[in-house]
Amino acid sequence: MEAVDFALSDGQALILSGPNGAGKSTLLRAIAGLLPLAAGRLTLDDDSEEIAASLHYIGHAEGMKPALTVRENLDFWSSFLSRESAAAALAPQDALTAFGLAHVIDIPAGYLSAGQKRRIALARLLVAPRPIWLLDEPTTALDVRAQAALAAVMARHRAGGGIVLAATHSPVGLENAGELKLGTVA
Amino acid sequence: MKSPLAALFVREFAIARRIGGGGSMGVVFLLVLVTIVPFAIGPDLNLLRRIGPAILWIAALLAMLLGLDRLFQADFEDGSLDQLQLGATPLEFVVFVKCLAHWATTALPLVVAAPLFGVLMAQEAASMLGIGVSLLVGTPALTFIGAVGAAATVSLRRGGLLMALLVLPLCVPALIFGVSAATAASGGTIPFATPLAILAALTLASGALCPFAAAALLRRLGE
Repeated sequence: MEAVDFALSDGQALILSGPNGAGKSTLLRAIAGLLPLAAGRLTLDDDSEEIAASLHYIGHAEGMKPALTVRENLDFWSSFLSRESAAAALAPQDALTAFGLAHVIDIPAGYLSAGQKRRIALARLLVAPRPIWLLDEPTTALDVRAQAALAAVMARHRAGGGIVLAATHSPVGLENAGELKLGTVA
Repeated sequence: MKSPLAALFVREFAIARRIGGGGSMGVVFLLVLVTIVPFAIGPDLNLLRRIGPAILWIAALLAMLLGLDRLFQADFEDGSLDQLQLGATPLEFVVFVKCLAHWATTALPLVVAAPLFGVLMAQEAASMLGIGVSLLVGTPALTFIGAVGAAATVSLRRGGLLMALLVLPLCVPALIFGVSAATAASGGTIPFATPLAILAALTLASGALCPFAAAALLRRLGE
């Protein structure tokens, strides 16, 4: 993978683009601390806490247990991922409403469609507030209305000083976002 | 709001209860084994009484290994393992709590059932009590050691056999002292407390060390 260098401050967003296999997901996972860095470093200006504890990572897998209801899944991640210093977390009901999915809250996650599961994974962003969002292909399997909901949620997050990094091929509705092109063919 | 680890325990418990399998499968496996052993041994009650604790311990050990390879695999496949690493809670504690929940859902039914199945092995009351106590003290060690094997084979599709190969040799000390404690309960030359104390030490040591080994293996998955 080539060398990359970027800095983001409050409210900014960065879109990672590039062909399949360019290293978009690898970069996001490395930022999340799920892969070791071959070289270089990541820093938070406010280094009062670890990077991993101040970010959300939405990958290809949703991290939802099929045997548990949507509410139980979100309640768990809310308890597990919330930070004491963070702003007030949304209740699972409200987080799902933001993605237009409040009616499935008592259904086991295993019964939902791919798009619904993805929206529940995105609702995790709201039940445990964290400032940095790493989104890997967030619009996969989402319909037009859900994409608009995601764009609105991301805009609100940035308005509150949050940072969004999204790896994507399709427009995700991030306005005034920087773009980092990976693996451009020479 | 619940603490992260309490929430994790409740979640693991709920998943195990709803999917089922783990606990009841182990107990049925145990029952199958202690039912067929007397047929194979023949009608020698003294022999059966002497080897009973060993058979029950072996059966409990194998029953525990049955589902242990899934300890982290489901979390690995559905992406939960990534999320568990993003929490403020160290992965070592996550592994420890997952082991506790797994023990409570898989081993605890065995601890309750094994002494009762002792009837099929012609065990006396004192011996049944010894089997129950030794399993209660010793099975957590098997779970913790098994967690290391489960973490090492988490990304393998059919890791169960490899996990058993990795884990079984490490379980031998717990097996030896577990069986000798269970046997000592019904008389013999050694006092019951001696092997039980060593068994307790094995459980405490594996509980202290194995979560670190398993967490280190899980962190290195991506490499």
